[in-house]
Amino acid sequence: MRRVLSLALLVAGLPAAAFAHAFLDHAVPAVGATVSAPREVRMFFTEPLELAFSGATIADTGGKAIATSAATVDPQNPMAMVLSLPSLAPGRYTVRWHVVSVDTHRTEGSFTFDIGP
Amino acid sequence: MNNARATALAAACAAALLPSAAEPHGFAGDRFFPATLLTDDPFVADEMSLPTLTFDPTAPDGSKTINLDVDISKRLTPDIGVTLSNGWQHLKTPGFPGVTGMTGFSTELDYQFFTNAPHEATAVAGLHASWAHTGRVQALGADDFTTLSPLVNYGKGFGDLPETMTWLRPVAVTGNLSVDFPTKTQSAGDQHPNNFNYGFAFQYSLEYLQHHVKDVGLSAPFDRMIPLVEMSFSTALNRGQGGQTVGTIQPGVIWSGQYFQIGAEAIIPANSASGRGVGAMVQLHFYLDDLFPNSIGRPLFGN
Repeated sequence: MRRVLSLALLVAGLPAAAFAHAFLDHAVPAVGATVSAPREVRMFFTEPLELAFSGATIADTGGKAIATSAATVDPQNPMAMVLSLPSLAPGRYTVRWHVVSVDTHRTEGSFTFDIGP
Repeated sequence: MNNARATALAAACAAALLPSAAEPHGFAGDRFFPATLLTDDPFVADEMSLPTLTFDPTAPDGSKTINLDVDISKRLTPDIGVTLSNGWQHLKTPGFPGVTGMTGFSTELDYQFFTNAPHEATAVAGLHASWAHTGRVQALGADDFTTLSPLVNYGKGFGDLPETMTWLRPVAVTGNLSVDFPTKTQSAGDQHPNNFNYGFAFQYSLEYLQHHVKDVGLSAPFDRMIPLVEMSFSTALNRGQGGQTVGTIQPGVIWSGQYFQIGAEAIIPANSASGRGVGAMVQLHFYLDDLFPNSIGRPLFGN
């Protein structure tokens, strides 16, 4: 029993020294929100990102990809990724992101937001 | 060398030095499946439950048990994993002194043969084995025979429902099917039937709601919580016990963090043969692939 507790304490003490999967914490525009003409999508993750292996795309209601420049990691905040947007018409848009945290863990996800008339 | 070529070369070197991206535990597309407490997981992973503490409902004969279980799962390849489990039990039977000891050692070999990211679906086939004489047979009733149980585990998230069904998309279901094949048909006067085992976990992921469907303003710790109801049943198929079913229904919640998760569930007997009263289960579960991403958190081969 003492060995089990010692191992538990050892493992519990390790997280501060490790990195983990990067999950989406929140985004601007917010997930599922209705906004007016955003100029960018800014995604905030739970871990620092590896720019070379991270990115995002955006598609309209019909699934047609919107041409954008490549998403970038905010130099002031390595846990934030920014996708600049062209002028978009009202409708629903789907953002798909994939990121690799600095310890090489890969995660991906998607969310939508609406642009109101 | 001009700046562009130098940048390209540096990027190529970085890519070469960076290990290939590790796949996360329990994911199918946008869906994160937590490690459930009662039912088996529909994925292979590098994880460890340390411990799972269970206060069982009172048994039909009036006895009470407390179990402390440990299990560790390790990926051999990205799709094949093994799980080793062991347990300790304190048993108190009315009119008799309390007894403690090991309840038995079990192993499981799993192959994650199916993952569909767009439909958030995943499935595992495997073989579970509980080994004879690895627990206190006479004192605790641990098995003096080995039981082999081929199994299928599956998971399905409903994030692929139409976007108009906002509040249903965080729902996910996981399940298990298995059949027990004991290596002895009887011992100490008891028959050991083949059993058909089946279980489900109905999950509502607040994490999925908040981060993939609609930001409803949940903050920590609620944005990483998954309320769920698990249920598990075992129906004897033969040897004089055919049709007898025991099982439990367990409502609870799992909180999933970056490096570990914590789960707690109530244990409600499904019928009188399964016990009476309400028990409880709590579990601390570590993600070894996050804690040790460059060593024991990776598959032994591949990836």
